Amino acid sequence: MRDDTLHHPALAHHFDNLEQQAEAASLGMWVFLLTEILFFGGAFLVYTVYRHMYHDAFVVASHELDVTLGTINTAVLIGSSLTMALAVHAAQTGSKRLIQLFLIVTIVLGCVFLGIKSVEYAHKFREHHVPGPYFQFDVKYVREAQIFFSLYFVMTGLHALHMIVGIGVMLVMLWHASRDRFSPEYYVPIEVTGLYWHFVDIVWIFLFPLLYLIGRHGVP
Amino acid sequence: MEVFPTHHYLNDGYGIRSWLLTRDHKRIALLYLAAITFFFFIGGSFAVLMRIDLATPAGDLVSDDTYNELFTMHGIVMVFFFLIPAIPAVLGNFLVPLMIGAKDLAFPKLNLLSWYIYILGGLFTLHALVTGGVDTGWTMYAPLSTEFSTTRVIPAALGIFITGFSSILTALNFIVTIHRMRAPGLSWFRLPLFLWSTYATSVITVLGTPVIAVTMLLVGAERVFHFGFFDPKIGGDPVLFQHLFWFYSHPAVYIMVLPAMGVISELVAAFCRKPVFGYSFVAFASLAIAILGFLVWGHHLFVAGQSVYASLIFSMLSFLVAIPSAVKVFNWTATMYKGAISWQTPMLYAIGFIGLFTIGGLTGLFLAAIGMDVHLTDTYFVIAHFHYIMVGGTIMGYLGGLHYWWPKISGRLYPEGLARLAAGIIFVGFNLTFFPQFILGYLGMPRRYHAYPPEFQVLNVLSSAGASILGIGYLLPMAYFAWSLRYGKVAGSNPFGATGLEWTTTSPPPTENFAVTPIVTSGPYEYPSPVEKHVA
Amino acid sequence: MSAHIVSKTTYYLIFATLMVLTLVTVLVSAIDLGALNTVVALAIAGFKAVLVVLFFMHVKYAPRLTKVAVAAGIYWLMILLALTLSDYLTRWRGTYG
Repeated sequence: MRDDTLHHPALAHHFDNLEQQAEAASLGMWVFLLTEILFFGGAFLVYTVYRHMYHDAFVVASHELDVTLGTINTAVLIGSSLTMALAVHAAQTGSKRLIQLFLIVTIVLGCVFLGIKSVEYAHKFREHHVPGPYFQFDVKYVREAQIFFSLYFVMTGLHALHMIVGIGVMLVMLWHASRDRFSPEYYVPIEVTGLYWHFVDIVWIFLFPLLYLIGRHGVP
Repeated sequence: MEVFPTHHYLNDGYGIRSWLLTRDHKRIALLYLAAITFFFFIGGSFAVLMRIDLATPAGDLVSDDTYNELFTMHGIVMVFFFLIPAIPAVLGNFLVPLMIGAKDLAFPKLNLLSWYIYILGGLFTLHALVTGGVDTGWTMYAPLSTEFSTTRVIPAALGIFITGFSSILTALNFIVTIHRMRAPGLSWFRLPLFLWSTYATSVITVLGTPVIAVTMLLVGAERVFHFGFFDPKIGGDPVLFQHLFWFYSHPAVYIMVLPAMGVISELVAAFCRKPVFGYSFVAFASLAIAILGFLVWGHHLFVAGQSVYASLIFSMLSFLVAIPSAVKVFNWTATMYKGAISWQTPMLYAIGFIGLFTIGGLTGLFLAAIGMDVHLTDTYFVIAHFHYIMVGGTIMGYLGGLHYWWPKISGRLYPEGLARLAAGIIFVGFNLTFFPQFILGYLGMPRRYHAYPPEFQVLNVLSSAGASILGIGYLLPMAYFAWSLRYGKVAGSNPFGATGLEWTTTSPPPTENFAVTPIVTSGPYEYPSPVEKHVA
Repeated sequence: MSAHIVSKTTYYLIFATLMVLTLVTVLVSAIDLGALNTVVALAIAGFKAVLVVLFFMHVKYAPRLTKVAVAAGIYWLMILLALTLSDYLTRWRGTYG
C-alpha cells in the first residue's frame, strides 16, 4: 500500500502525500520553463527582426561560424539529453549506480559542449568578430554584421550560462544520489532537473540552424 | 466579547531570526508589507517634489536634468517596487493558502527567497538613486538609455531585472498552489473571485516578466559591451526596444489592476451580503483580461514609427480589452442592486474603485483611438489616465483589501470613524490631483516637463494642492493601523460576517492556518437572501 | 509519482532520430532552396523539439495541465513574434514627396 509514503522523510508538512508534492514540483518546473521560453523568446524576436531586415549581412556573417564545431556540439548536447533521460529512468527503477553514472556522463558531455564553445569564442576574439570598437569585417556589411555577432554572443552566452547552472544542479543531484536520497517512490528532483536540461537542449536545437546554417548553399 | 487567540502565527517564535528565516506565508506577507510601504514613501517623495516644482510655470525647484531623474525614479519605484508586488505579495501571499484551505503555499522556501530577491533588486535601485539617479524615464527608451544617458542606468536596469525574478517566483508559487493544493470539495467554480484574479495575474507575470528581463539584459549589453541591438549607427532599430519593453509593460498594468479587481469582488460580495452577480462571467473576464492584455502593446507605439497597419490591429485589439473590464464593472454594480449594503470603510474603497477605474478605463479608450492618440500622447492626459487606474484603481483596491483583511491579519479592528475619514480625504485629494491633469493634457501640456506656459498654472496649482491632501490621506491609515495593533478592539474570527475559508479560522490564524483541513461543500458567496421590505 | 516509465528502447530510438535529423538539416542547408531553406530548417528544428518534449520530457504521458502549459508557452511566443512582425513586415519603405 502507498500509505508508507505519508511519513516519508522527503514529504514536506504542507503536502498531503508524496504524489501531490511531486505533481507540484513538476508543475512548478514547467511554469519556470514557460518563463524561459519567453526569456529566450525575446532574444529570438530580436534575431527574427534583424534577419528579416538584413538578410544578406546575416548570411555573410553566419559563414564565419564553424559549422563542424556547431554540428559536433549539437550531437554532444542531444547525447547529453539522452543520458539525462536515462538518469531519470534509472531513478524511476531505483538503480543508484546508474543514476550516478548517467548524471556523470551528462555532466561530462555538458562540459565538452562548453569546451568547444570556448574554442569557438576564442576564434571569434582572434578574428575581431566581437562587436564594439575592435570589430573588423568586410566593409559592405561591417555595420549589420555587428548585430549578428551581438546576437550570437548574447544568445549562445545566455545558453551557456543556463548550461553551467544545469551542470551545477546535476552536481547537487549527484551528491543527493550518493546519499541514497532517491527511490522509485521519490525521484522528482532528478525528474525536474531533466526537464530543465532538455529545455536547454531545445534552445540549442533552434539556435544551431538559425545561427550556423543561414544560406549555406554555395559555400565550399 | 471576542477573545484574542493564545497561539497564532505572530507569537509562534520571537526574534528577528524567526522573521527573516520564516517559511510561513503569513509572515512573509508582512515582510513584504513593510518593504513595499517603504518603497511607496520613496516613490511618493519624488512625486511631492515634482508637484511642488509644478506649482509654478518656471522650472525653478530643480534643474531640468534633476527633474528628469525625479519622474524617472518616481515611475520605476512606484511601478516595479510598489504597484506590481503590492496586492499579490501582501494580500495574495497572506490569503491564497487560507482561501483554499491549505497549510502554506506550494513552495514556502521559494516564497522567502522571492522576498530576498525583491530586497536585493530594491537595493540595486536605491543604489542607482543615491549615486546619481536615472534620467531616462521609467520607460528607458533606446538610444537614450543604451548610449547617451550619463546616469546610473545599469544599476537601475539590474534592479528591475532582479526584482522581476521575485515577481516570477511568487506567481509560479500561486499557480502551482491553486492548481494542486485546493481543499477537498473546492472546485474551480467554488473559488473566491480574488483567487481567479490572482491566478490570471500570475499567468501574466510568468509569461510577460521574462521579456522585460531579457530587454534589460540587452540594454545592459549595449551599454557595457557596445553590442548594438538598438543602435541606428549599425542598423539597429530603437523601436524594437519599444516593442520588447511594452510587450511586458502593457500586461504589467494588468498585473497591477487585476488583483485590485479581485479584491473589489470580495468587498462587494461581503458588504452587500450577496453573491457576486454573474460569477462565472467575472471569473472568465479575469482570464480574458490576461489574454487580451498581451495583444495590445503596440498602442504605446502609435507615434513611434510603427507601421500604420500594425497600429490599426493594435488599436482594434485595445478596444476589445476594455470589454471584460466593463463586464466586471457592470457585474459589481448589479451585485449591489438589492443588496444589503453596509457602508463600512472597505466598501467605500470599493465604490471609489468602481467609479475611478471606470473613468480611467474610458479615457484609455480615447487613447486607443489612433486619431485621438496622436494629439493626446505624451501629454498630461495620459498621465491622468494611468493614475486614475493605478491610484484611483489599484491603490484603492489595495487599501480596501488591507482594511477588510486587517482584522484577520492582526486580530484587531481599526478605528472605523477615522478610517472612513481617511477614505474620504483620499478620494477628494485624488480627484483634485488628477482630474485637472485630464484638462491640462487636452489643452496640450506635455508630460515630463517642469516648465510650462503660465496659462496652465491654475490647473497645476489645483493638482499640487490635491497632492498634498492625498498625502495626508495616505499617512492616516499608517498611523491608525499601527495604533490598532495595541489599542484596537479584538476582532474575532469573522467581524464582518463574511463567507470564505479565511474567516473560518481564528484572527490571527495559527501558523498551520487550520486545525483541521476544511472540506468545502458550498459555493463562495452563499449569504442568506436579504429580507425584502414589504409596503403594506 | 507520474507513473509511466518510458522504455530505454524508446529513448535510444528518439536519440537516433534526433541525430539523423541533425545530419539532414546540415546537409539540406547546403542545397539552394531559396526561401524554402529557412522553412525546412525551422521545420526540422521544430520536429526535433517536439520529439524532445514528448518523449524525453514525458509530455506524451503527462497530465493534461502540462500539455496546456507547453501549448500556452509556444502560443505566447508566437504572439510576441507575430504581432511584432506585423509592424516590421508592413513598414513603408518608400520615400516621401
